[in-house]
Amino acid sequence: MTGRVRRSARRPVAVPARVDVLVLGGGPAGTWAALAAAAEGASVALVDKGWCGTSGAAAAGGNNLWFVPPEGEARERAIETRTREGGFLTDPRRMAAAVARTWDAVHELAAAGYPFPDDEHRPGERYLGSLQGPEYMRLQRRRVRRAGVVVVDQSPATELLGDDDGAVVGAAGVHRQHGNAPWSIGAGAVVVATGGCAFLSGALGCNVDTGDGALMAAEVGAELSGMEFSNQYGTAPAFGAETKGLMYQFATYSRADGTELDIGGMGRPALQRAMVEGPVYARLDRAEPELHQKMRWSQPNFFLPFDKMGVDPFRERFGVRAVLEGTVRGTGGIAVPGEGCATTVPGLFAAGDAASREDITGGITGGGSHNGAWAISSGSWAGTAAARHRPRAAGRATPAGRAGLRPVGRPRGRYDDVVAAVQSRVLPLELNRFRTGASLRESLAVLDPLWEQVVDGLAPADRPGTHSRQAAAMVAHARWMYSAALARPESRAMHLRGDHPDTDPAQTHRLRVRGLDDIAVIADRPREAVIAS
Amino acid sequence: MIEIVSAERCIGCDRCVDICPTDVFDRGSGGVPVIARQADCQTCFLCEAWCPVDALFVAPERDPLPERLDEADVGGTLGSYREAIGWGHGRTPGARIAVGPPLRHEPGDRPGPPLV
Repeated sequence: MTGRVRRSARRPVAVPARVDVLVLGGGPAGTWAALAAAAEGASVALVDKGWCGTSGAAAAGGNNLWFVPPEGEARERAIETRTREGGFLTDPRRMAAAVARTWDAVHELAAAGYPFPDDEHRPGERYLGSLQGPEYMRLQRRRVRRAGVVVVDQSPATELLGDDDGAVVGAAGVHRQHGNAPWSIGAGAVVVATGGCAFLSGALGCNVDTGDGALMAAEVGAELSGMEFSNQYGTAPAFGAETKGLMYQFATYSRADGTELDIGGMGRPALQRAMVEGPVYARLDRAEPELHQKMRWSQPNFFLPFDKMGVDPFRERFGVRAVLEGTVRGTGGIAVPGEGCATTVPGLFAAGDAASREDITGGITGGGSHNGAWAISSGSWAGTAAARHRPRAAGRATPAGRAGLRPVGRPRGRYDDVVAAVQSRVLPLELNRFRTGASLRESLAVLDPLWEQVVDGLAPADRPGTHSRQAAAMVAHARWMYSAALARPESRAMHLRGDHPDTDPAQTHRLRVRGLDDIAVIADRPREAVIAS
Repeated sequence: MIEIVSAERCIGCDRCVDICPTDVFDRGSGGVPVIARQADCQTCFLCEAWCPVDALFVAPERDPLPERLDEADVGGTLGSYREAIGWGHGRTPGARIAVGPPLRHEPGDRPGPPLV
């Protein structure tokens, strides 16, 4: 080491005992929630497992946004298209609100200094429809801190606090860079924005997304929705972690022996069927040379790994693989039927990928675009509603965490083994992308005892509290998603059942899921009835 | 995965320790952070972006390299994600020029909005 040493001071983290609004998660949804709550005059703390600014799927990648101008009929058309593609499970009213909120929010980002590119088609104007992750989240962190929000990094929340009436009145967790010292914050309302669950699959930026928030929410009685739509897979080079799919529209695919596969562009699910049968290789040879530099500018981290490998993806073949993105790019999550993304539990709000995105994307992936718009809009709504929430007189706060936190039996398992066992049932395409009733039942027969094991307790892990909770959250998600998948004997949107390949009009309803030890799946009212009412 | 913290380049600011979303680094007793939990690295390259002196090298492979990488072999590419996104003095932010091909591109189409 040479030069100046600017070693930062290592003070203990200052955590307020009580705030009006506590936001769990510092990705896009959490930061928009914190900004909205602060704008209402609330005192706000934002707590992140990692670091607000780099944490989560958006920071590592970026978002094209669902960004539709108000003029003409563009928005109506966008909503109609998505309603159809999403399997008629969306909520047109919330879709319209999300499009409107996203439009406004992106203009707020422009005013705050986000360096949008020039619009090639409108001289003198900027193009505002997409965001690069590192730049976006660096700015969001700056904005949140400027708004007076207390940001607490590297401090995973492990449980919610509930009062005697069943309302959420705070959360607790640990500071993982300070010897796992505990923290506890009382709050008038809590916004869960902890991201989805990608089962530590290694999808880009998603290893912080282990479903912790949904586990905490379920423990206080919150319902989930859309959990059967949890089997989105991204395409990545076989060697690396970049699950960035858009460039594959320029791909041709082949087998090891060079035989070309008749799969066009991004090619899902045909590409994924081919991957089940054997290794697949790709080459981005459908991109004309004059596009190459633009492609590099638009997704620098797609190309960086190839450059470091010394592979020219435009000319050389490289192996590709499918990586589970779970509920991060699937649509399932905590149900938010209430105004302002209120959950079914008083004092608890959910936003971003932690919440169900069926309202705006139905049963297909929200990709970057719809999920990015949802993070902005649901975060903004949840932050505002949480700030306006009037809690009843604060009673006794009881910690609600169970599995992986408060063992009830003799520890009989290790964190690593539990994670590996869950992954063996949820990562393979042949079990999760392409489902049958038989495979779902077989998986649940493995996962149900695994849950009992986690409830009993796990052997001490490297990270007490965090690791075992992650394991519990992943087992819970696997059981929720397969229980819901079993209760939908049809194929709709991303949910494909080999034993029920057709879409059944009689199943045009959502599936709500609740419970941890015993899981209940409840079919909602048919959507036409919901939309008409 | 993260493979190198360059002791020559590091100024001991601990920024990488602070910002790593999966908490891979520990503060080192000699001032240079150590890679304490390599298996937790998710190969997101964000530490390269945030390191102010390009002291880090994240290998493109998602698994640890079988043999220790020699800094001299990759010296020129330390911190290359920071350069790629246009962070650092005198650079144009990558976001400012991020204009890509259209989403459903057919040969001959004019360039469309950026893909990020």
